[in-house]
Amino acid sequence: MNILNLEGTEDTPKILLDKENKVFELSGRSLPEDSAEFFQPVLDWLEQYKDNPNDNTPFLFKLEYFNTASSKLILDILSKLEEVEGANVVWYFHEDDEDMEEAGEEFSELVDVPFDFKTY
Amino acid sequence: MKYIYDLHKTMLKKNLILVYEGEFTQEITKSVLAMAERNMDSFGEESGIKRKVFNVMVECLQNICKHSESFDVELYGKNNAIFMIGKQEDEYFITSGNAILSNNVESMSEKLTNINKLDKDGLKSLYKEIIRNGSLSEKGGAGLGFVDMARKSGKKLVFDFEPINQELSFFSLKTTIPRI
Repeated sequence: MNILNLEGTEDTPKILLDKENKVFELSGRSLPEDSAEFFQPVLDWLEQYKDNPNDNTPFLFKLEYFNTASSKLILDILSKLEEVEGANVVWYFHEDDEDMEEAGEEFSELVDVPFDFKTY
Repeated sequence: MKYIYDLHKTMLKKNLILVYEGEFTQEITKSVLAMAERNMDSFGEESGIKRKVFNVMVECLQNICKHSESFDVELYGKNNAIFMIGKQEDEYFITSGNAILSNNVESMSEKLTNINKLDKDGLKSLYKEIIRNGSLSEKGGAGLGFVDMARKSGKKLVFDFEPINQELSFFSLKTTIPRI
């Protein structure tokens, strides 16, 4: 399956989705001008991946910041992960970033995917 | 030329660390954010407070950008807006002002008044309700901006509408971030 690899910029996160090397990661800052357009490739990738996923899919979120328009799309990604068998979320937050920790908790209450919380 | 000195004095008196007047785009948003971040770094602002200020700034700036995209310039003239950040001993304040259609004043006022009635848990519930049931608007907004600003602030949002003419009103918004 193809690899989705987007370098992070000052307003978009780094994205790496690589089935073969078992890397599923979204990190950095997310405040794109058009969040729906920006995240569409991630949703498309997962749509294809879910038909033939790895045994385990640990999806890492290591976000420093995301705006409210991105939060809606993050929820869409998480909803897509609900359909991936063996998927779980690893939600990273900076150890003094309570808001990011709380954001992760809220997402975990909205979807039916196991969440692990880790600090960095 | 005295207005330059007057403006300078006003900025000092009001503790404004950044004022931008003009057109708002994503590129300008990024520049304003970078300037404000550098400014906060320069005196070693605490990272938690910096993050909250950054957060409120983004929502505020992107609100203006998204709104100005739908503004009919041919009909109403140039759509300039103002954005300011102030820093006092005990708080930051992030303020913005832009023209909106007077037709929208009532619904916006109602929305903001409702947000101001909610406590921390109430805001959290509203946020979850909107994110779960809402969809992105045509302009790409999630309808969560004001709720998020209120949550990050922990204080009431202060707002006002001044009539410009029959069709337009000037919408001012102030969000406070305590420095404690």
